[in-house]
Amino acid sequence: MPDPTPVTSCPMVREPLLSELSGPGRNGLTVPRPFAAGRCADIPAALNPPALPEISEVETVRHYTRLSRLNTGIDQGMYPLGSCTMKYNPRIGEEIASRIADIHPADEAALQPVLAWLLDLKATLEDLCGMDDSCLWPAAGAHGELTGMLVIREALRRRGDDRHKVLIPDTAHGTNSASCTIAGFTSVNVPSGPDGFLKAADLERHLDGDVAALMITNPNTLGIFEQEIDRIASLLHANGSFLYMDGANMNAIMGIARPGDMGVDCMHLNLHKTFGTPHGGGGPGSGPVLVKRGLAPYLPDPRIVRNAPGGIGLVARSPESIGMVHSCLGNVAVLLKAFVYCLSLGPDGLREASIRACLNANYLKERLKKVFDLPYPTPTLHEFVLSDRVQKVAGVTTVDMAKALMEYGFHPPTVYFPLVVPGAIMIEPTESEPVGELARFADAMGDIASRAETSPDLLHAAPRGTPVERIDEVWAARNLVLTWNDLNPSR
Amino acid sequence: MAFLPTSPDDLHELLSTVGIRDAEELFARIPEHVRFRGRLRVDGPMDELALRRMFRAGASAVVFLGGGVYRHYIPAALDALSSRQEFLTAYTPYQPEISQGTLQAIFEFQSMMARLTGMDAANASMYDGATALAEAALMALRAKPLRRIVVTRSTTPSYRAVLRTYLRNTPGVEIVEAPFDPATGRTDLDALERLLDSEAAFFIQQPNYFGVVEDLPAVSAIAAGSGFWGVVVTEAVSLGLLEPPGSSGCDVVAGEAQSFGNPASAGGALLGFFCVKKEHVRRMPGRIVGLTRDHAGARAFCLTLSTREQHIRRDKATSNICTNQGLCALRAAMYLSCLGPGGLREVALQCACGARALMQALQGKGLRPVFSGAVFHEFVVRMDPGTRARLAEAGIVAGIPLDPHYPELENALLMNVTEMNTHEDILCLTRHL
Repeated sequence: MPDPTPVTSCPMVREPLLSELSGPGRNGLTVPRPFAAGRCADIPAALNPPALPEISEVETVRHYTRLSRLNTGIDQGMYPLGSCTMKYNPRIGEEIASRIADIHPADEAALQPVLAWLLDLKATLEDLCGMDDSCLWPAAGAHGELTGMLVIREALRRRGDDRHKVLIPDTAHGTNSASCTIAGFTSVNVPSGPDGFLKAADLERHLDGDVAALMITNPNTLGIFEQEIDRIASLLHANGSFLYMDGANMNAIMGIARPGDMGVDCMHLNLHKTFGTPHGGGGPGSGPVLVKRGLAPYLPDPRIVRNAPGGIGLVARSPESIGMVHSCLGNVAVLLKAFVYCLSLGPDGLREASIRACLNANYLKERLKKVFDLPYPTPTLHEFVLSDRVQKVAGVTTVDMAKALMEYGFHPPTVYFPLVVPGAIMIEPTESEPVGELARFADAMGDIASRAETSPDLLHAAPRGTPVERIDEVWAARNLVLTWNDLNPSR
Repeated sequence: MAFLPTSPDDLHELLSTVGIRDAEELFARIPEHVRFRGRLRVDGPMDELALRRMFRAGASAVVFLGGGVYRHYIPAALDALSSRQEFLTAYTPYQPEISQGTLQAIFEFQSMMARLTGMDAANASMYDGATALAEAALMALRAKPLRRIVVTRSTTPSYRAVLRTYLRNTPGVEIVEAPFDPATGRTDLDALERLLDSEAAFFIQQPNYFGVVEDLPAVSAIAAGSGFWGVVVTEAVSLGLLEPPGSSGCDVVAGEAQSFGNPASAGGALLGFFCVKKEHVRRMPGRIVGLTRDHAGARAFCLTLSTREQHIRRDKATSNICTNQGLCALRAAMYLSCLGPGGLREVALQCACGARALMQALQGKGLRPVFSGAVFHEFVVRMDPGTRARLAEAGIVAGIPLDPHYPELENALLMNVTEMNTHEDILCLTRHL
């Protein structure tokens, strides 16, 4: 259907489940056998081997190769998921991370260089954010949020303060309020202003002696810089409250503005967003937490210290710490990839990456606002949000247009988020996209907009040419088939 | 500049479309007093060769280290398959039509984990075993009105530490540790019985931190009197040999599956897993993949039960988890597919036999296991710090010292053997004793 023709598409193949490929005796992989078998009679072993499918190595390789072709990755084309920062993942990071593969975390001598790199990464991130101290262990952004809010909770407890409200603007990620709940806080929704950013005067109305913190994303999920951020910080501090920043959108401001200079007390970064580590179809990510000096004593255990006996070491317990948040040192391999990314770009390169991310986004906004509704005309940085208001007149909604984009070989933008924009289409191209790819995306979106007028039914039927047609998500929730055992209980 | 594809001419085109002369104008709305006018202190830029020369690392020559992170052989096919860009560089599969690869692979992961643990359902992964235990405790608190979380003292220390962190702001719930029998290393069942009632949730690690296999049938008889109970598994390879923990009737089996195809990697990325009985499916944290169909009726997969999740339920969500350990779960599924039932059982047996070979060699040097209980592939011996240091000088890391966490086990060392060790490793160790 589409023209321009897709440059990337997934093949239309059905891949059987492993359980359907299985047959007795098909598995032939030889596992290492360094020890003579058969002297373990003291173990209460199960009578039978585990109930796993039996697949040959070649079938395993083909199965996963075929499955991979049903996916879309950023190496195929632009992946403009707003607030997810899907930028190019440099392969040098994979190569470097593979070098620590064999190191066991309790192998202290082997861990020495790794800890040294982590210390340097820590200093790099602290400098980039203008913060005083940090903890690298949280395994994802939401894990970092939880850690940060536990740190704030501990700081309040130490001063004998049991305030429990956390203010969260309506543009925030859903993880913010979920993290607050686990940390023992109650979240309170704060409407952002008509221009798409939080007004200090509006915030002031919500401040009372029960407000522990404000969690803000800056730039926010509309791509707008919170321009009253320092007044907001002053108001919070005067009220005895903390300012937490969700660093999901840090890619807009590396080397341009630092959260620490804005009055942020505590924040997290998403290394799998801003620092180019692959998202892996849902992780592993990494969500370091950074704090100002006053919160540093409460950061999680263990701490890396330079002057331990025998070199760099880990201090297992600090007296005021909230304790451990991960069984080891977080996603170390991801941390290493992020460090390699920083070193590859250097100080000017990181800053330039942010500038070009913002320029790319503004180029697309300039082209697309001619055909789509732009609900907030306020200047934006690295991402922007359109809506389906214009196309809805013809009965075409955001989901139709998102699915249609797949036919042009693009992964759709983030849709129906942020919640303040009905039918939101949230676009973040990142600095990785060459101008030709940006233009191709703008052309595809323009094409979809004109089809919304001429042939809306084709858009309702999208996507076609993908491995499966539009998915019935309601069926999944109603029928709850969560394993192949549910499918065929006999196997 | 590295990774930035825009040429000066391209920049000109971008700027003129936006209608500005200098990209700096884009930042005009940032108040000047919060602008950063300095230079970042990061090193670089560095070229690839410089990076390759800078990052050099390697493991000690001979190690007997486990304790929650394990060294197992990873079939060569895994790196080749999991580094395919379609898996590696994709996002969380929110758009199922172009994410069927990830979704089906995770569905298969869930299926195999449920089978291995003997449970009804599994989620798409957790950060690690420790956070999986903590989230299991939070789930127990959602399921039942509880006043107490009982966890065995022989649960991996870092797991208990993370559990405490996650529950530190949950008022009215105390965490109590069930002692182990100092002779067998198994959980003291008489003491356990006194701690459990309908207002307690209970978690036991199998095999426990000392490598000792707990008597799950006996434990389950006692645990049935608690409000909720679960089994924690830190060594997923043990599932290839022992009875599925779910056959004991527990509510949840949660833990660590790094052993399935993921390298030790200095302790991360790990792979938490989470399996439940059917009645708890809607209380589960994390992503869940379900089978469904497309509008043409073809079989397909998508994320499901998302009404539990943070992006819909926000503060009422069952968990805050968003990004999990997707690629690690994919590798685990690939590993199980490569090994199959016979292969996994063989790896488990090799580990168990290797541990017994080491035990026997140590007994020849007068070192006996501290506990009498049968172990899987780890055990505890006493070794003085002088000997440990002498071994370390020879590049042999004999085990993990236990006394920081168990003062009663002075000079105790947790030793582990996997199929990555050899008879030569054992000879090398005993020669230095």
